[in-house]
Amino acid sequence: MSDFTPFNRVQMAKNAAADIPEGWYVNLGIGIPTAVADHVPMEREVIFHSENGVLGMGPAPAKENIEPWLINAGKQYVTLRPGGSICHHADSFAMIRGGHLDLCVLGAFQVADNGDIANWATSDNDTAPAVGGAMDLAAGAKRLWVIMDHTTKSGEAKLVTKCSYPLTAMACVKRVYTNLATLDVTDRGFVVVAMAPGLTLENLQARTEAKLHLPA
Amino acid sequence: MIDKIVLSMADAMAGIEDGSTVLLAGFGSVGQPNALIDGLIEQGAKDLTVAANNAGSGHVGLARLMELGRVRKIVCSFPRSSDPVVFETLYKEGKIELEIVPQGTIAERIRAAGAGVPQFFTATGVGTKMAVGKEHREIDGRTYILESALHGDVGLVEAWEADRWGNLTFKLAGRNFNPIVAMASKLTIVQSQHIRALGDIDPDHVHTPGIFVNRVLHVPYGDPGSF
Repeated sequence: MSDFTPFNRVQMAKNAAADIPEGWYVNLGIGIPTAVADHVPMEREVIFHSENGVLGMGPAPAKENIEPWLINAGKQYVTLRPGGSICHHADSFAMIRGGHLDLCVLGAFQVADNGDIANWATSDNDTAPAVGGAMDLAAGAKRLWVIMDHTTKSGEAKLVTKCSYPLTAMACVKRVYTNLATLDVTDRGFVVVAMAPGLTLENLQARTEAKLHLPA
Repeated sequence: MIDKIVLSMADAMAGIEDGSTVLLAGFGSVGQPNALIDGLIEQGAKDLTVAANNAGSGHVGLARLMELGRVRKIVCSFPRSSDPVVFETLYKEGKIELEIVPQGTIAERIRAAGAGVPQFFTATGVGTKMAVGKEHREIDGRTYILESALHGDVGLVEAWEADRWGNLTFKLAGRNFNPIVAMASKLTIVQSQHIRALGDIDPDHVHTPGIFVNRVLHVPYGDPGSF
């Protein structure tokens, strides 16, 4: 049954990339968010930040041009574009926690319609949970966007009225890009701003626990 | 004449006591003082509390120190790694204590220790498991939780260049936690790729002034490996 065409991962990254204006300082989380940078052209000057003190990352290096001293928070080799800079970890997190980043894009397990995000642990007794910088980024960036599948692999809703997984931060997600839709988080809850080709609002609502709204 | 350069690993590690808190710099394998960790394994101090971003990988370095039963507690933001088998085994068996801390909070706790700030409020972790049992305060309409400085009895640091006063530079992403670990530790021990004559590091290019450094060991191992 295919009455609609979901966005694939590249399109999800492109959808988010298209909405990032020149001049923003942006941190991209691990996974699909990292791919957002591939769809922001170099001539649109967006400055990408990584938690380990790297500011102004450029495209991934060719294998023969790897600089072994230059990695991102995902431990991947990266490049610096002209104008890029390095700082220590506390200054890097001052950029995050001090509200200097215009945008952070993260993956998530669940987002609630008040903007709560759960993205670091799937249950309260997860053995050795690993939080990394997610809580700092979610609480500290000027705005938080999430890129994730609209439902779990088994079809459970990820856009919910209340997160059942442990929270990363409260009331901070501003926009969600899924494989089915793009939604703003507003005072009214989720507002649908775009849908995958052929998808109806009823069909989208059927895959969403929280109530969906149309733009006013 | 001030000379912080030591000529042997034994001299670098001298006096580290059982029960010490050790701040370990590094992120991935970049800027991580692997030789000093091996030195600590050799030196023998036990019942250690180790603060680091990760909880070790494979069976070398920090993972080896834990495997030998020398670490009582680990304070870190991301205990998972490419191969966290040692930590996960010890943790499941209840043989190691874990304090999980958001990465920015661990960095700021270390920085605060170095700067003489005993406690500070942060918005990171409010409304999460990290906030349980912590003092909350509303300041200008936003809720914050109280976090405490994280002091090191010992700090292990990897530098790119050092001189005999302990002035340091770092290379690219090798900087990471190194400058703040140097600031926050009573005994800061540095392994450096290069030793420069005093005055040869441009004062404008010193990343960590020697006041934060106690000992420097020359360890010219080359580039970091894969991780």
